[in-house]
Amino acid sequence: MSENPEQQIGRLKPGPRLRAALLVLPLMAFIGVTFLAPLANMLVRSVYDPVVADALPETLERLRAWDGQGLPGEAAYEALAGELLKAREDRKLGQVATRLNRVQSGLRSVLTRSARRLRNVDEGPWSGAMMNIHAAWGETGTWRALREAGERYTSRHYLNALDLQRDSGGSIVPQPEDRRIYLTLFWRTLLVSLGVTALCLLIGYPVARLIAHAPPKRAYLLLILVLVPFWTSLLVRTTSWIVLLQNQGVLNDMLVFLGIIGDDGRIAMIYNMTGTFVAMTHVLLPFMVLPLYSVMSAIPRVQTSAAESLGATPWQSFWRVYWPQTLPGVGAGSLLVFILAIGYYITPALVGGSTGQLISNMIAFHMQSSLNWSLAAALGGILLVCVAGLYVLYDRLVGIERMRLG
Amino acid sequence: MTTTEHGFWHIAYLGFCALVFAFLIAPILVIVPLSFNAEPYFTFTDGMLRFEADAWSLRWYRQIVEDEEWSRALVNSLVIGISATVLATALGTLAALGLSSPAMPGRRFATGLLISPMVTPVIISAAGMFFFYSNLGLAQTHIGLILAHAALGTPFVVITVTATLAGYDANLSRAAASMGAGPLRIFHRVQLPLIAPGVVSGAIFAFAASFDEVVVVLFMGGIEQRTIPRQMWSGIREEISPAILAVAVFLIVFAVLFLLTVEWLRRRNAR
Repeated sequence: MSENPEQQIGRLKPGPRLRAALLVLPLMAFIGVTFLAPLANMLVRSVYDPVVADALPETLERLRAWDGQGLPGEAAYEALAGELLKAREDRKLGQVATRLNRVQSGLRSVLTRSARRLRNVDEGPWSGAMMNIHAAWGETGTWRALREAGERYTSRHYLNALDLQRDSGGSIVPQPEDRRIYLTLFWRTLLVSLGVTALCLLIGYPVARLIAHAPPKRAYLLLILVLVPFWTSLLVRTTSWIVLLQNQGVLNDMLVFLGIIGDDGRIAMIYNMTGTFVAMTHVLLPFMVLPLYSVMSAIPRVQTSAAESLGATPWQSFWRVYWPQTLPGVGAGSLLVFILAIGYYITPALVGGSTGQLISNMIAFHMQSSLNWSLAAALGGILLVCVAGLYVLYDRLVGIERMRLG
Repeated sequence: MTTTEHGFWHIAYLGFCALVFAFLIAPILVIVPLSFNAEPYFTFTDGMLRFEADAWSLRWYRQIVEDEEWSRALVNSLVIGISATVLATALGTLAALGLSSPAMPGRRFATGLLISPMVTPVIISAAGMFFFYSNLGLAQTHIGLILAHAALGTPFVVITVTATLAGYDANLSRAAASMGAGPLRIFHRVQLPLIAPGVVSGAIFAFAASFDEVVVVLFMGGIEQRTIPRQMWSGIREEISPAILAVAVFLIVFAVLFLLTVEWLRRRNAR
């Protein structure tokens, strides 16, 4: 990049540089603490979980010498018996059991039952006593799961988020078919985002062109029509779509009234993928129209007229003269809509039903319902990397400072 | 003008655009008459369509005005929104002044970082903030939500003020300096009045963002921090009642006022 003289001066003198940096510093510090630190904290959570390691340190120490084949020695049983009782006293057992259960389902009850029954056992051999309480203690898999859950730093949650797991030999293999859910969801999110972006471009392009080449007063009025939905609360717009599309909603009522469908043939247009798709397109369309409009309004009208007077058909003059010049707007709008679409949460949550959920909704599910926060953090980490990549691309192609609002 | 402009394709093009505009506006407009429904339905009753007087009523408006939950939500929304806006506007304007200076070191990177809260999926911000703010004891407090909303609102201020500053003639500052004005005086008397439209627009954007934010509130707010969007969220999910249509109409009026103010400021600034 070539620099103008002012920039060169700016580089040479320390005064202006320092002053500019000092002006930015307060916000940088603020964003650092209130926004970036929480994100970093979440990413740490996706690979770091000390609960099991802190609760069962001695057991895990004993297991370090174990080769993962057969059963561990009596010392491991003894250590575990003591630490389970202690965890139960410290009220940590629930947390430990939950984590173990995520590595191998069914272990929650094994752990709680063992801790309860172990109170009545006074002396060893502990291995026999524990296998008596639950046969799972005689299985190699249980101990492997325990060792895995005991890792402080783990890639388990990321593997899990990509429908992968480690097999008994430690190599990475796909999850069993019935446990694969996240890749499908990532895939669906990608397809929906691409679809919404394409649809926004398809219907936004003609509209942007109409506004860009209308007389100023009319252009202003039409622009307001695009901006009203842009400014209207997301929840209001989502409510509108529920009102319009639900079974007893305005659109179905109208279709029944007109005799196009019978009263029993009402179409399910919401609480499914259709609802997500329609509402998302509505919400994101202004983000496509506005950048297109600002690029198009800089294109002189005479160009296409000139092309046509030179014998080009309207199609040729559009495709060869007009379209190439709008590509920056197409890129800016599409990228912005796509970035916003892949992280979409509110609309699918409210109108998506069970089939219209996207990856963000799964993150919310693990945050609020299953309380598997590490997995939520890992899913969030993957989504964050995707968005960050697209964001850098946007900066390269369009420039962040040129993002136009409203 | 060529003849094709008046041909079939041109009419088809205009018709298509009209449909898209209808798609944009109709869902918002349809809410307005429905909010006057005398019955607890989300659709037009026969009486409404025949314009019978008793099919229309202010029942839902009365309900939201009298309902304490809604008025408490309004107070919360205003307190959180206004505090977050003040914070975001002050910090954002300062930063924009720095970012607009050609001398700013690492300008592109700094801009990217400061705008990032706007493009980060809100579910990720909310999840991260929930963990972090809980550790600090700021979850379920007004302060926590104000800080969170301020962080999410600053990019809007940075963008609008930076855009306004792009049209600012640096010679004005130099002229003021040559006549003996200090940096503070220059900012206050010369720069600020000229960039004021951008600052106000940014503030409106930041306020609107907070006023419409639900996910962070959902994760971090308790009963005491219920805002209007949070209340609407429950309304949509749990006890669907036409009362939320009445609230929606209020929010649409707000939106139009915000929009007209920002557009008015933009045109003023363009001149």
